[in-house]
Amino acid sequence: MLVYALVAGVLFGLYFSLVGIGLNLVFGVMRIVNLAHGDFLMLGAFVAFGVVTLAGIDPLFAVPLAFVIFLLSGLLLYWVLVPRLQGSVNPEMLSIILFFGLSQVIEAVTTIFFGTSERSIQSRLLGTVFQTIKVKLFGGKPDGSGPIQIFGQGFPAPWVIAAVTSLIAIALVYVYLYRTRLGTLTRAVMSRRDEALATGIDVDRVSAAAFGIGLGLASLAGVFAPFMFGSVTPAFGADATVTSFAIVVLGSLGNPLGTALGGVVYGVCYMLVQTYLSSWADLLPYVLLIFILLLRPSGLLGRRVRVA
Amino acid sequence: MPSILRHLLFIVVPLIAVFAVLPGVYQNHLLLFNFVIFLTLAQGVNIIYGFTGYLPFGYVGFFGAGAYGFAIMVMHYQSPAIIAVLVGGLVGVALGLLLTPLLRLSGAYFAIANLAASLAVLHFVANPALENITRGPYGVSLTGTFNPNDAYAAALVVLTLTLAAVVYLKNSSFGLALQAVREDAVSASMAGVSVVKMRVIAWLASALVAGLAGGVYAWYVSVFYPDNVFSGDFSIFAIVFALFGGVATITGPIVGVIILYGVYNLIGFTTPQYFQLIYGLLIMGLVLFLPAGLVSLATRRGWHVP
Repeated sequence: MLVYALVAGVLFGLYFSLVGIGLNLVFGVMRIVNLAHGDFLMLGAFVAFGVVTLAGIDPLFAVPLAFVIFLLSGLLLYWVLVPRLQGSVNPEMLSIILFFGLSQVIEAVTTIFFGTSERSIQSRLLGTVFQTIKVKLFGGKPDGSGPIQIFGQGFPAPWVIAAVTSLIAIALVYVYLYRTRLGTLTRAVMSRRDEALATGIDVDRVSAAAFGIGLGLASLAGVFAPFMFGSVTPAFGADATVTSFAIVVLGSLGNPLGTALGGVVYGVCYMLVQTYLSSWADLLPYVLLIFILLLRPSGLLGRRVRVA
Repeated sequence: MPSILRHLLFIVVPLIAVFAVLPGVYQNHLLLFNFVIFLTLAQGVNIIYGFTGYLPFGYVGFFGAGAYGFAIMVMHYQSPAIIAVLVGGLVGVALGLLLTPLLRLSGAYFAIANLAASLAVLHFVANPALENITRGPYGVSLTGTFNPNDAYAAALVVLTLTLAAVVYLKNSSFGLALQAVREDAVSASMAGVSVVKMRVIAWLASALVAGLAGGVYAWYVSVFYPDNVFSGDFSIFAIVFALFGGVATITGPIVGVIILYGVYNLIGFTTPQYFQLIYGLLIMGLVLFLPAGLVSLATRRGWHVP
């Protein structure tokens, strides 16, 4: 029981890190609260539905597809929304309302086109590509994708695949931020926007890239949402946003490893509460969020709070 | 005539009079009641967001707490509705007191923490483990106190008190001090303003307003579920209505509610998703092109808007 809860917590936690990391990046670079974050997750899930129903292939192929689509739409959206917002009196507060409006638009459009019914994907479809490769290239025998054994406990294969993909994605974000030129500039903008601007960094270009990558990561996480949460509706976005906030706040801002840690802590707590106190599990993210905001107000997310 | 009297006479009195007379003329009583509730909530948001700059994204937490305060008084103590409404207001204030530490947070953190707090209260109330006290997720039914006409009158009283509070804030040195704190807390405290005390008073006042509105709402509808009275729509609607008209004014939130909630009732009920789309686009357009609300159309021309 305990081992199961812990391992499941780590698997979910890695996935939760992926859920939160895009939000972290957008807030860190632009000081913009992307309340539509969860809706991009939801749209990623719809890309997965599209890949399965239209092309009939492994939903894993939706991962690169969703990332590219939302990277590009993020760049577009950035130029439409953000420069105007940054010019207003209080961009941080207004961004909450602006992106709330965006999330309403996304939810409404998705509802108009796809209806409000719950959608899910058969979990055995995820990862069929590995079976095919095994059979075609190595001449292995197709075996049913049963649960994967870890420490003598069986876990559903999609959980493990989602966790591994998340780990890879987080590693790539790390490489982007610490090993590429654009990533170095991004970190410069994160720490001091004004000084970055003064040293001649094209802040808009860096921010646009971060915004696109943030949305891309959200949709990428969304591809696995039908497997991790069972089913997805257009209204799924709002809950996902709050959960993402809890995760981002748990970790620290501007550091992908921080969010990874936050996600894992969150996942383990979630699974432990779910196992031992299931009726109170829904409360956990919110209470955790409030306590962390209150107990570590200074330095939290790398931003000083107003001293009253 | 002092401006405080002028505002009361030319804004508050006509508005209350119109809503007092309308039920005799117009049949849809529930719709009028909802207008009164949203006018109250929008002004409550105005008190905390307009005058102190804290965005209460989980404002519905107080509203729902007030509704459940009312329900518990009626269910377990068989108290008369009026007293139960007052208790609802007190429950709102108590929750506000519990959440005062959140005022230490700034900007977006406050908004997010407040949202999380309202969801935490929802999950607490809706928890099946507390079925004996709150009836958990199964909802409450208060047929004993059901009386729409009295509840409507009570809602008007709450609205009057709220408007009076906003008129006071608009015309007093206290309101001016609050706005100074909103603009620059450090300078305001240098000028001798007691920053923390002022913020806490405004915060509790807006919690009281929402708690009373929640109590009245519970009285009026008499059968409801946690998801109804803790619906995030209440916070969002109240915030957007207030912002649409223009905060830190008396008339702004009123104009916002009448226009936007009117539009909602014209198209919202038949095709909710199209309303949601229009609503979302409207919010985005508002933030991008008119961040200070409709009243800024007038103030830009140099007209004074109360």
